Amino acid sequence: MGLPVRTFDAVIVGGGGSGLRAALELARADLRVAVLSKVFPTRSHTVAAQGGVAAALGNIEDDNWHWHMYDTVKGSDYLGDQDAIEFMCRRANEVVYELEHFGMPFDRLAGGRIYQRPFGGHMREYGKSPVPRACAAADRTGHALLHTLYQANLKANTQFFVEWMALDLVRDPEGTVLGVTALEIETGEVMILQAKATVFATGGAGRIFAASTNAFINTGDGLGMAARAGIPLQDMEFWQFHPTGVAGAGVLITEGVRGEGGYLLNKNGERFMERYAPNAKDLASRDIVSRAMATEIKEGRGAGKDGDCILLKLDHLGEETINRRLPGIREIAKKFANVDPVKDPIPVVPTCHYQMGGIPTNYHGQVVVPKDGNPEAAVPGFFAAGECSCVSVHGANRLGCNSLLDLLVFGKAAGERVIRDLRDDGAGHRALPKDAGERTRARLARLASQKDGERVADVGAELRRVMQLHCGVFRFPDLLQAGVQKLREVAARAARTEIRDKSRTFNTARVEALELDNLVETAVASLVSAEARKESRGSHDRADHPKRDDANWIKHTLWYKEGNRLDYKPVHTRPLTVESFEPKARVY
Amino acid sequence: MKFSIYRYDPDSGGRPHMQAYDIALEPTDRMLLDALVRIKAHDDTLTFRRSCREGVCGSDAMNINGRNGLACITRIAELKEPVVIRPLPGLPVVRDLIVDMSQFFKQYNSVKPYLVNHEPPPEKERLQSPEEREELNGLYECILCACCTTSCPSFWWNPDKFVGPAGLLQAYRFIADTRDQATGERLDDLEDPYRLFRCHSIMNCVDVCPKGLNPTRAIGKIKELLVKRTV
Repeated sequence: MGLPVRTFDAVIVGGGGSGLRAALELARADLRVAVLSKVFPTRSHTVAAQGGVAAALGNIEDDNWHWHMYDTVKGSDYLGDQDAIEFMCRRANEVVYELEHFGMPFDRLAGGRIYQRPFGGHMREYGKSPVPRACAAADRTGHALLHTLYQANLKANTQFFVEWMALDLVRDPEGTVLGVTALEIETGEVMILQAKATVFATGGAGRIFAASTNAFINTGDGLGMAARAGIPLQDMEFWQFHPTGVAGAGVLITEGVRGEGGYLLNKNGERFMERYAPNAKDLASRDIVSRAMATEIKEGRGAGKDGDCILLKLDHLGEETINRRLPGIREIAKKFANVDPVKDPIPVVPTCHYQMGGIPTNYHGQVVVPKDGNPEAAVPGFFAAGECSCVSVHGANRLGCNSLLDLLVFGKAAGERVIRDLRDDGAGHRALPKDAGERTRARLARLASQKDGERVADVGAELRRVMQLHCGVFRFPDLLQAGVQKLREVAARAARTEIRDKSRTFNTARVEALELDNLVETAVASLVSAEARKESRGSHDRADHPKRDDANWIKHTLWYKEGNRLDYKPVHTRPLTVESFEPKARVY
Repeated sequence: MKFSIYRYDPDSGGRPHMQAYDIALEPTDRMLLDALVRIKAHDDTLTFRRSCREGVCGSDAMNINGRNGLACITRIAELKEPVVIRPLPGLPVVRDLIVDMSQFFKQYNSVKPYLVNHEPPPEKERLQSPEEREELNGLYECILCACCTTSCPSFWWNPDKFVGPAGLLQAYRFIADTRDQATGERLDDLEDPYRLFRCHSIMNCVDVCPKGLNPTRAIGKIKELLVKRTV
């Protein structure tokens, strides 16, 4: 079946922070660009980021990018690529100032400069003590950032395809990426969007876990598309559990609460982080705080009537500070936890939040895969940025407010690289292979004709249960192995889901069934990669291998869908211009 | 729990109708969106938008027991049964609870909702005092859910000519921003019997805004500025 084809210079898949930042760059270059988004762009999950974007502006206290770089390398548990980390930290001020120039409503200091607050793992002088580095708009930084970028794109006349879902990557036999197949959700029409450059900015896949801070839309669509097209996924065993999701609801409570002076208590009213991180305390990195909380709960010191949560105290900050700096948190706590944090602590638990792994890229946003002995050969025509990518700047654990920085820096870098590639490329569009839409056609046909299949909701729920139980904060060898087996069954069930809704118009049942395919790829990649990594590093903590093993495991995992096989590649331990930070014990 | 939900699928050839659902909820289902997701697990044809499920993305605005709101932050326990759910009023229905928001966004775009500053940007940030920044509070937080605009009778009558509360709130957000240099043009654009002056301070917008914002006040401030510049 030949699908209709529309042709562009570049297609950006995803309208969140990284997609919009890349789009803005391309808009300046007079290229024909299409930005696809499954939801109206300001509904993308960037909108939910709260605490801030990291940049060593030094507006309150002395700070510099090299300290930020050190913190990020240390935070990554030495799995981050130091060239990419240097690149990101050096460009942080530039992208934050630009954002301000676009109109971002940052909070301000008395002198008129951007307000900054301390955040977990961000320290002065190579780990000495917390430094205010998170540039914030109250506790709505992601909302302010996403709306600002959308507005800047309106000004630049970016062409949006709103409520279009990309379904599969189109590659030719040489492996060059030629665009995507996509579904216009409102009409049900499917077509090929052909492009010389395809940029994935599809965000994370936190919806593979039952307890998640993530939006419903975070289903790893880019990861699924890449995996099905033969691209490996990198470091998928590393999932960040945010220390403070509202117990029961999963809704995020920003680390900015602790940045502003809030702290965690166990049922005895003890400020237990002093025991786990004597120096940084509640502002240690997220993996460490989450593990400390889970340990407190496991050892019987959890709060709440079932002893299964921890209390986040902030009433001592005073109503005025809470209203000025944390108004959204007060709103969320009242709505989702039935407490007013001006008076009472918020019950919180570690909750799945962020995917450190993703589609392997270099710091230009080019997707890179092993080929002919080169571990990182660029895939022609293919780029990725933001949470769906693995540059890798976050390694085994991301620092708070480095994600907004990541999507700005690498969204922009990907845009710059696309411009350069297209400028140097005088050739026209490459021919689409005959079977360009075949994978998509087969998936849709299977779904349309499936009889006696299972409900998408049931299979999805089982997938999330398996991940939650088998691949959580603490990981155990037997559970990991059993989980791999269980996911095999889930994958088989997902291949025969049935939907009752056969309408062409805005068929969200079909969308959810197609999303499930992507959740499955992501979940399998995560569990298989986790089962194989026999050490504890960053967010990956194994009971049978409780220590970090630098001799054997300073390497990136690559998972291939075909054959469900793993490969590894070296970590870039050499920065661009400065000395390497050598691995050492990670103490906060 | 009993629900009565507006159903319409143009593909089926059928007419719009209200469908009754009686569904057993779990203790973890606290918000209306939880209930809708549970209904959809049984009847996958029920169609609605949703994303963040915490009231910041603005996807799941709908008319709930006669009042516009976000399903994800509307507590089930506070709703009278049967819960009557309809799409947002005043916009064309695409299917079930999904409306075509083109007109809403067209009006939003028409106020040029972006910073205009003709000077070359400084090396660092443009300075703005905390007091100046304070002026943007209550404005920039808008999530574009359209609860306000679609509850406004003036918008129902003139959706193509009246900007509506959400668009006007954003117009004032940029007028109020000390970094913006287009106040004159912005006021010129709004000095129009329809674009601004169809607001009759009915204040439905203030009543329904799920973020507690006050478009009527912002509209009042624009009107004040218009008066000021004529005298």
